[in-house]
Amino acid sequence: MNSPAVAARAKPGPPLWLLLELTYRCPLHCVFCYNPTDFMRSGPELATEDWIRVLREARALGSVQLGLSGGEPLLREDLELIVAEAHRLGFYINLITSGVGLNEARIRALKAAGLDHIQLSFQDSSRQMNDFLSSTRTFELKSKVAALIKQYDFPMVLNVVLHRLNIDHVEEILEMAHRMGAEYVELANTQFYGWAWQNREQLMPSRRQVERAEETTRRFRERAGRPMRIFFVVPDYFERRPKACMNGLGSIFLTVTPDGTALPCHAARMLPGLEFPNVRSASMGHIWFESSGFNHFRGDEWMKEPCRSCPEKARDFGGCRCQAYLVTGDAANADPVCDLSPHHALVTAVVARAEQPPIEEKPLIFRSPANSSTLYP
Amino acid sequence: MKEHAVNGASRPIIERRFRLQWEAAQNSHVLLYPEGMIKLNGSAGEILKRCNGEATIDDITADLERAFATTGLAGEVMAFVALALQKQWLAVLP
Repeated sequence: MNSPAVAARAKPGPPLWLLLELTYRCPLHCVFCYNPTDFMRSGPELATEDWIRVLREARALGSVQLGLSGGEPLLREDLELIVAEAHRLGFYINLITSGVGLNEARIRALKAAGLDHIQLSFQDSSRQMNDFLSSTRTFELKSKVAALIKQYDFPMVLNVVLHRLNIDHVEEILEMAHRMGAEYVELANTQFYGWAWQNREQLMPSRRQVERAEETTRRFRERAGRPMRIFFVVPDYFERRPKACMNGLGSIFLTVTPDGTALPCHAARMLPGLEFPNVRSASMGHIWFESSGFNHFRGDEWMKEPCRSCPEKARDFGGCRCQAYLVTGDAANADPVCDLSPHHALVTAVVARAEQPPIEEKPLIFRSPANSSTLYP
Repeated sequence: MKEHAVNGASRPIIERRFRLQWEAAQNSHVLLYPEGMIKLNGSAGEILKRCNGEATIDDITADLERAFATTGLAGEVMAFVALALQKQWLAVLP
């Protein structure tokens, strides 16, 4: 099975995409957040000099797109220092924010430091739903931040995570984004990891809702005179083939969590049996090329059937390892979204349940330090 | 779709929402934009790095022909500029 040619794995290319999750602290409590539900057990945050070292080493490896995220990255008082160093090194710098804390003094400082782009999240087009889903009163504030982003001439991506409770508002969300002058809108159907996994049943839309949203988006795109680009991230539970998650683990993406753990995707820390290195004790070069955590799911030697002999494995890399683990209990299984997976019925059952109103109303679990501590006492 | 009536005297410039940059690790020029990157082949990179809003398309062609000691590049340059305008990687100054 393993010919020598296959065993000699090609050296991976550079980690083109570097995502720094600067903090798990967040003023919002979104029910669909992908952050780990046990974030309260995370170690202390990296210091400024650690992040600067990470930037220098990653840039030397060829990282070029930089995401600064969290939690809420604006809670880091050294954000401007981190941006300035990243700019000096030649990164294209994307700030991924709820907008909370982005006042005029800070946006001016971030512009001067060389920030390139701001992705601003909204939870809905209505104040009521936005504020409910994030469990904060932030709608007005976010609207002011959107105006500041335009005033300071940043390109703006407006990101809205879609799910059962807001997906029927796609038309209004697109109108809002257009009004605010967003260059790009990301309608990101919920990916079920972290807090969203906890709330999966309540957040899962019906097939009819998804189809309506796609149709509304299509019609909106067709209307003339709208330079705004719309990305509709499909809800993969409704697909028959998995997403090419991260373009394959360890292929282009590297994320560093607030405590310095380096991961090949945002959610990978949950995968059992894998050891992920920490930037406090390992260089970025070692992490990317040598560490077992990054090498484990490279190539296709780890695959089981039906992926191993599947002609499509080079296209989708077997889908998402985290989803395989969460739904089937084994991270090396095919992503159960694939209808060739022997576990596909686990996905279709969830989708079928979403067609019925929930028999028993389960409360949503909001992302909060208190709920994290309750889930992991 | 906007019509881009360009000729040899037009002065193309990288569209303001893109950043052109040489990436040694990829051995190529790239165009960077929010959360994305376009890796350019050799000739695309050579043309785009000359699009500074001052040089005309004719200037760019002449410069490339000098740099690569060749002739007859006008058609290729014009075709690529038209494509880059359509993709909004480039703008033309009025």
